[in-house]
Amino acid sequence: MSINPNHPAPLTTDELTPAANGGLLDRRIFLKRGLVFASAVMAGEIALADDKLAVVDPAAPPWMREPGQPFSTYGRPSPYEKRIIRSITANKIVAGNGASWTPLQHLEGMVTPTGLHFERHHNGVPQIDPGQHQLLIHGLVQRPLTFRMDDLTRYPMRSHLIFLECGGNSNSGWFEEAPQATVGNMHGLVSCSEWSGVPLAILLDEAGIEAKATWIVAEGADAIAMNVSLPLEKIMDDCIVAIYQNGEKLRPEHGYPLRLIAPGWEGVLNVKWLRRIQVTNRPMMARNETSKYTELMPDGKTRQFTFVIDAKSLITTPSHGQTLRGAGVYEIRGLAWSGRGKIKKVEVSADGGATWAEAALQEPVLSRCFTRFRIPWNWNGGPAVFKSRATDDTGYVQPERKVLIAERGRNGYFHYNAVVSWSVDEDGSVSHVY
Amino acid sequence: MKMEVSAMFTKSLPVAILALVLLVVVPGEFATADGPTLVPKLGKAITPGAAAKWDLSVFPDGAGLPVGHGTAAQGEKLFEEKCAVCHGPEGIGASAEELRGGKTEDLSSASPDKNIGAYWPFATTLFDFTRRAMPMTAPGSLSADEVYAVTAYMLHVNGIIGKEDEMTRDTLPKVNMPNRDGFIWIDAKKPR
Repeated sequence: MSINPNHPAPLTTDELTPAANGGLLDRRIFLKRGLVFASAVMAGEIALADDKLAVVDPAAPPWMREPGQPFSTYGRPSPYEKRIIRSITANKIVAGNGASWTPLQHLEGMVTPTGLHFERHHNGVPQIDPGQHQLLIHGLVQRPLTFRMDDLTRYPMRSHLIFLECGGNSNSGWFEEAPQATVGNMHGLVSCSEWSGVPLAILLDEAGIEAKATWIVAEGADAIAMNVSLPLEKIMDDCIVAIYQNGEKLRPEHGYPLRLIAPGWEGVLNVKWLRRIQVTNRPMMARNETSKYTELMPDGKTRQFTFVIDAKSLITTPSHGQTLRGAGVYEIRGLAWSGRGKIKKVEVSADGGATWAEAALQEPVLSRCFTRFRIPWNWNGGPAVFKSRATDDTGYVQPERKVLIAERGRNGYFHYNAVVSWSVDEDGSVSHVY
Repeated sequence: MKMEVSAMFTKSLPVAILALVLLVVVPGEFATADGPTLVPKLGKAITPGAAAKWDLSVFPDGAGLPVGHGTAAQGEKLFEEKCAVCHGPEGIGASAEELRGGKTEDLSSASPDKNIGAYWPFATTLFDFTRRAMPMTAPGSLSADEVYAVTAYMLHVNGIIGKEDEMTRDTLPKVNMPNRDGFIWIDAKKPR
């Protein structure tokens, strides 16, 4: 049967049989029928579309009647997308201490555009001349060595297509009242890129690791010389010194010219502007592994060296700040990821968690990478509460908020990965609820 | 360690020639799950003495601490001069992190303050971070004596040491931080 996407046949009774309550449909419907949305446009997109609605005759648009722009040496997004930007939260006095958040609610697929990848800097972005940058490997090694950037590019490389998440992402989830903020402004300290560079194991092998070595200290060349400790086992397993992000040399804000990449582990460990690897037999107890990036629990004890990012998911469409335009079929879309492996399953609920349906996972599903999930929803116009729940291939299930808080209390600040709930009102507005 | 580059070096003729060239220059093999991979070995030897000039790390046992000394009394003046603009007089009440706390803070209370006195497990961390990062407008500008003095001042306003207690490479690692044993290692093995 051929399908005209502009005039889909009405849904049959069978197809409208819900996969869960609240109007969630079988995840394969879109694939089977190539359905189009019924007025399923989000408010943000409407506003942008309105800009150009006024005078253009779609049958003969003006851009078909004059030559277009010439070539460009480096492409940029359409000017109509100028509002799709990172939002910045920074210290008022020290502008380079803060973060910028990825606008996840505006993005699709699994790869985050490099220019929208989140940032966390402690004292600004150094502008490093790669010809003057060297990596030192020293400490418990037989041969302390320095490496120049042009030498490093000759080494065998490998790539990791992985998410990177700040340990402090989603920390407003610990607040007593549900913050009313967009996905990006609440959860946007996570992004996904392909990072390419030299396995650290090769460089450490060249330096000759001493038998008693168990940790390394990694240090950046920024204006706080950001430093953290990592177990040598992880370093030798899969860490690289990245030179490229998404196929091009790193951008300054992502660590140019050299960045440590520790797949699946919290963002702060992925030291930017990497200048020094010190091989040791113990952690350094740096500021960012003791007073920060540790989680105080209700009993007064603190979780430390919580390196791995546990499974997490969230719905990006619909989400806070978007408005649904009337009843009909929508595609629920979101992202899931786990620092422990592949996403095995994402379940979606439209009735606040009473019933769940399994979402379709976009291939390829990769270990420690963003996984895009989608599921169709036939909205009857009534209120709904959406949740998504990820399970990874270790069997770990993303916890409900009350479960996470029962375990960790509310003073941990870091590693918030609870289920996120969005409430859809009858007027189509979407808000954040617990 | 998984690598998928070794086949490239042996199965394509131009690359095999390149590999031969590399062999002539600096032979080096690196064992991977797929067998050995040729690596160029371009690291340049550096003496431990030269490497030490790069080294900013200070460990809890005092390794890495430089020669020098300072007291809270000395640090107080320096703090007003170089730190208070962001951290507030006496380390509280301005735009930056509050540095003044108290060692008696109950970390199991409903909303505890994770301040230096109550939360930080090691005094050496204060020295390490101050030396590498502070003041943010001129990181790395403080002398060893100045870092010891500011560190002593922060420890003093948190009730940890006396105003005239001198901090040196010998005394600082011996400072007893109340929350020293309050940390549970999650993704790393704690040595016994």
